[in-house]
Amino acid sequence: MARAVSTRRKWIATAAAWVVALVIFFPIFYMVVTSLKTEPEAIAGISLIPSGTFENYVEVQTQRDYFKPFLNSVIISLGSTLIALLIAIPAAWSMAFSPTRRTKDILMWMLSTKMMPAVGVLVPMFLIFRDTGLLDTRIGLTVVLTLINLPIVVWMLYTYFREIPGEILEAARMDGATLMGEIVYVLTPMAVPGIASTMLLNIILAWNEAFWSIRLSAANAAPLTAFIASFSSPQGLFWAKLSAASTLAIAPILIMGWFSQRQLVRGLTFGAVK
Amino acid sequence: MGNITLKNVHKAFGATVIIPDIDLEISDGEFVVFVGPSGCGKSTLLRLIAGLEDTTSGTILIDGADMTGEAPAKRGLAMVFQSYALYPHMSVYNNIAFPLKMAKADKETIDAKVRAAAQTLNLTAYLERRPGQLSGGQRQRVAIGRAIVRQPSAFLFDEPLSNLDAALRGTMRLEISELHQQLKTTMIYVTHDQVEAMTMADKIVVLNAGNIEQVGSPLDLYRSPRNLFVAGFIGSPRMNFVTGEEAARHNAATIGVRPEHIRLSTTEGAWKGVVGVAEHLGSDTFLHIQVEGIGQVTARADGEFTVHHGDAVWLTPEPTKIHRFDADGNAI
Repeated sequence: MARAVSTRRKWIATAAAWVVALVIFFPIFYMVVTSLKTEPEAIAGISLIPSGTFENYVEVQTQRDYFKPFLNSVIISLGSTLIALLIAIPAAWSMAFSPTRRTKDILMWMLSTKMMPAVGVLVPMFLIFRDTGLLDTRIGLTVVLTLINLPIVVWMLYTYFREIPGEILEAARMDGATLMGEIVYVLTPMAVPGIASTMLLNIILAWNEAFWSIRLSAANAAPLTAFIASFSSPQGLFWAKLSAASTLAIAPILIMGWFSQRQLVRGLTFGAVK
Repeated sequence: MGNITLKNVHKAFGATVIIPDIDLEISDGEFVVFVGPSGCGKSTLLRLIAGLEDTTSGTILIDGADMTGEAPAKRGLAMVFQSYALYPHMSVYNNIAFPLKMAKADKETIDAKVRAAAQTLNLTAYLERRPGQLSGGQRQRVAIGRAIVRQPSAFLFDEPLSNLDAALRGTMRLEISELHQQLKTTMIYVTHDQVEAMTMADKIVVLNAGNIEQVGSPLDLYRSPRNLFVAGFIGSPRMNFVTGEEAARHNAATIGVRPEHIRLSTTEGAWKGVVGVAEHLGSDTFLHIQVEGIGQVTARADGEFTVHHGDAVWLTPEPTKIHRFDADGNAI
C-alpha cells in the first residue's frame, strides 16, 4: 500500500525543495546579475537589480581573449574524456566479464586515489611537468585530467557493463561472433547509453577542473577555469568583470548539461535500482 | 550428424571439483536430457560441451573430431539459454538472422532461412518487433529460431522453460518435442524437472554432485533405478523408502515402493495407517498416510476413492513392484 501523505506535508516538502533549489541556484543567478552591473554597482552591496550593461562582456573579450581558453577547455576536456574512455572501456569490460579474485581490490585501489588531497602531490607533479616540458601545454593538462578522472570513468562503466547479462555475450559467441563482432554488434549498442552518460559526466568534470589547470598552465594552455582566475589579479578584484568571465566560462557546460540531464541522471543512478 | 562423445571429462574450479571424470556417448538424433538437483553440475556439463567453459582434463569429440579446445562457434552447436539471451536492441528478424550474418551468408539466404524459421515457430507476425515487446513463450521461440537457422549438428538447451508459467511450459514442451521429431537433430536438454525429463527424453542422464548416477530411457530409469538417488529422483510423487524390519523381511537395507504401486483399502491390507493430508487432483488423489511402524507413506488412489483426514486405511504394496536396495543404496 502506498504511504499516505497529507496535503499539508506535501506543501511543506514542496516549499523546502524550492528553498534548497534556490539556495543552490542563487550563486549562479547572482553571478549573472553581477556580470550585468557596472563595477561601482557590483561593490555597492547586495542588489538583485543590475543596470543591464553588457560592457563587462565586451571588456572581458577585449582585455583577454575568451576564445583561446575556450578552445583549450574544449580540447582538454574532450581529449581527456576520449583517452579515458579508450582506456576505461577495455578495463571495465574485462573487470565486468572476466573478473579475477583481485578485481574488487583493484577497483577499490583506483577509488582510493581519489581520496588523496591533490595538493599532496602538487610539488612532484609540478617538477615532473617542468622537467618533461609539459608545463603549460594542452597535452600535459589532457594527461593529468585523464588520469584524475579515470577511476570514476572505470567505475561507472564497470557498474554499467555489469548490468549486461553475460548470457547475451555467450549467445553471441555461440552464434559465431568474434570478439570484435561481439563488441561491435552486441555490447556496444547495448552499452551506448552508459558510455554516453559517462562521457558527459567526464566532460563536465574535466571542464570544471581548476586545481591542476590553474597551477600547471599559463598563457598558452590555460583553459576557462584559469581564465576566470586570471581576473582576480594583478590589478585587484573587478567583481563585475570576474562575474562576466565566470558566466562565459560556465555557459557552454551549463547548456550541455541542461540538454543532457536525462542521460546524466540515468548514468549517475545506474545500478541503484534493478 | 550429431554424435557427441565425452571421454574422462573433468572440470574443477580451483580445488572444487564440479565434474569428476565423466564418460558419455550421445548418438546422432537422440534427445538426451541431463537431469539432477540444483548444483549437480548439469549446466556446467552442457557448457563444457558448448565450449563456454574449458575442461580441466578429458576430451570432447563431436562427430569424431576432437573439439575440446575449439571455440564455441567452431563446434557446430547451437544453444538456447534459460534467460533466452536475445539481443534486446535488435528486431526478432535480426535476432534470428544474427548467426547467419556472422557466418557471412548472403542476403537472400538469410531472408529465406529467417522466414522459414519464423514460419516453423509461428513468429512471422512478430518479425519486426523487439524482444521486449514479446511474451515469454514468444521470446523462447525466437531463441529457438536463432538456433535453428544455424542448422547445427546438435541443439543445447539450458533449462529453457524454467522462466515460463506452468501452462506455457506444457505447450513449449510439446513444441520442442515436435521440433525434434521434425528436425531429427541431436538435442541435449538440461532440466531439474523430472517431468520434463520423462516426457521429452529418448535418454536420460541422471546427475548427482557431478557424477552420472544412471543413463537410460525414461522407462528404464523408472522401472529399474540403479540406486536410491535415481529411485527417489525419477517419478512423481517420489518413491516411498522403508527401512528397518519391513525392509529386512525383503532381505534389503531399504525397500522402495512408488505411490502408484500401493493398493489401498478401507478394510484389509499389509500395512495399517491413518490418513493425513489428501491431495485431490481430480483424476487421482495422493494420500499422505502415517503407517504404524513405518512412518509417512504417499499412496496414489483413484480420484473416486473417498477418505478423510484421520480415517484408517490399509495399504498393500504390489509385490512385483518393490525395489530392494543394499546398505550402500545400490539396487539389489
